[in-house]
Amino acid sequence: MSVTALATRPLAALGRPVLHALASVGRVTLFAAQVLAALFRPPFYLREFGHSLMQIGWFSLPMVGLTALFTGGALALQIYSGGARFNAESVVPSIVAIGMARELGPVLGGLMVAARVASSIAAEIGTMKVTEQIDALVTLSTNPLKYLAVPRVLAATLAVPVLVGVGDSIGIAGGWLVGITRLDFNSATYLKNTVDFLEFWDVGSGLVKGAVFGAIVALMGCYFGMNSARGAQGVGAATKKAVVTASIMILAANYALTEMFFTS
Amino acid sequence: MITLSGVTKTFGANRVLRGIDLTIPSGESMVIIGGSGTGKSVLLKCILGLVHPDAGTISLDGQDVATADRDAFLARFGMLFQGGALFDSLRVWENVAFRLLRGATKLPKAEARAIAIEKLRRVGLKPETADMFPAELSGGMQKRVGLARAIAAEPEIIFFDEPTTGLDPIMAGVINELIREIVVEMGATAMTITHDMSSVRAIADRVAMLHDGVIQWTGPVADLDSTSDPYVQQFIHGRAHGPIESVR
Repeated sequence: MSVTALATRPLAALGRPVLHALASVGRVTLFAAQVLAALFRPPFYLREFGHSLMQIGWFSLPMVGLTALFTGGALALQIYSGGARFNAESVVPSIVAIGMARELGPVLGGLMVAARVASSIAAEIGTMKVTEQIDALVTLSTNPLKYLAVPRVLAATLAVPVLVGVGDSIGIAGGWLVGITRLDFNSATYLKNTVDFLEFWDVGSGLVKGAVFGAIVALMGCYFGMNSARGAQGVGAATKKAVVTASIMILAANYALTEMFFTS
Repeated sequence: MITLSGVTKTFGANRVLRGIDLTIPSGESMVIIGGSGTGKSVLLKCILGLVHPDAGTISLDGQDVATADRDAFLARFGMLFQGGALFDSLRVWENVAFRLLRGATKLPKAEARAIAIEKLRRVGLKPETADMFPAELSGGMQKRVGLARAIAAEPEIIFFDEPTTGLDPIMAGVINELIREIVVEMGATAMTITHDMSSVRAIADRVAMLHDGVIQWTGPVADLDSTSDPYVQQFIHGRAHGPIESVR
């Protein structure tokens, strides 16, 4: 082997995954653009949209609600014990409300939906692919992207902000419950502090984040499902990639959106 | 008439189709035979545009399918997939009437359901099956539902991908008979891929043998037994020794 080849080997080893990652980003971006373009072109599959709305929104509600309830309660305890170090226990209601609405509601809600929805979408579409159901759609003059991806992405984009809103309320209620039962807060004072310190944009920014996270979750589920390899192993790998990628993208998007909303 | 000329397809290092030349006249039932993994399904998917060939042309009634209006082209086809490929989330009648409930020629729900039930009856399934889900049906029933879906919009051309795979001999015979009856009754052009010789004899007007990426032999089904082609003879008699390697 020549000296040049030896010298460039580490560069090649480094370049290969970088090129692969860039190609993947390109493919996902192209897929997202195709879904976005298809959103506005008929035919529209309303029944599939309604079904997706129920699956993604309604059936995720218990999981998101329980997550928010326990997170709100734990947050109240943490802020109380942390605040006690500098006699700031009274900030518990406002910090719980702001923390839930701005960060924990959308991020934890998004991650829980990613675990539940991205996995189920990827597994369902992946199975459809390996059992030739997607080919069957094509032969029946139906565009799989429009029939499978568009209703799910639209439903998730609309449903996740609602889930986040409900989650915020339940999380704040969890904090209130812990506040009045474990931390000796007066119920009326706790609620007044919550309402007084919470601003519209605290909630609004969380809902916008929810919409973005919902779109990410459904896009990743559809993309990896439609590109699933053959067999049970292929579907399993697609499901895993969908959840992992959606989760990482949610956390990255959360940082980017927080920068955009709160550091100007 | 479907005409394939010099069609090639490669997956990675695997040259599956190496130059397919084949003509399927209108109203005729062509059966493609060949061993597993010889590219029969790929050939069929190339015609439907599910897989894009690397080279060569495929034309339908003289028009290149690559430049044809896709929806109009697909509207002329019906397809029975190997595993049925029924949509799990839809009821049996919704599967059968899938095309009738969508697109430019969309029918009212009640009318589409009535047609679906009629097609189910045509393939020997009771109307009660209509409201079941595919997972509640046996393999043979799923194949029949797939067949009902393939013929629901009364297509001019019907493709059958391994129609009897996984079925017991009696059910395979039932499916073969149904396919033959339907193709004759509708006057459709049919293309079937199979390695089941009982299907070949029941369904085919003409047979083409695919091996090593090319059509090795083609002729009327009546000539199948008398041909001296060594590939065909080895295949139809299931011999382990001959020009077709048993380890592929």
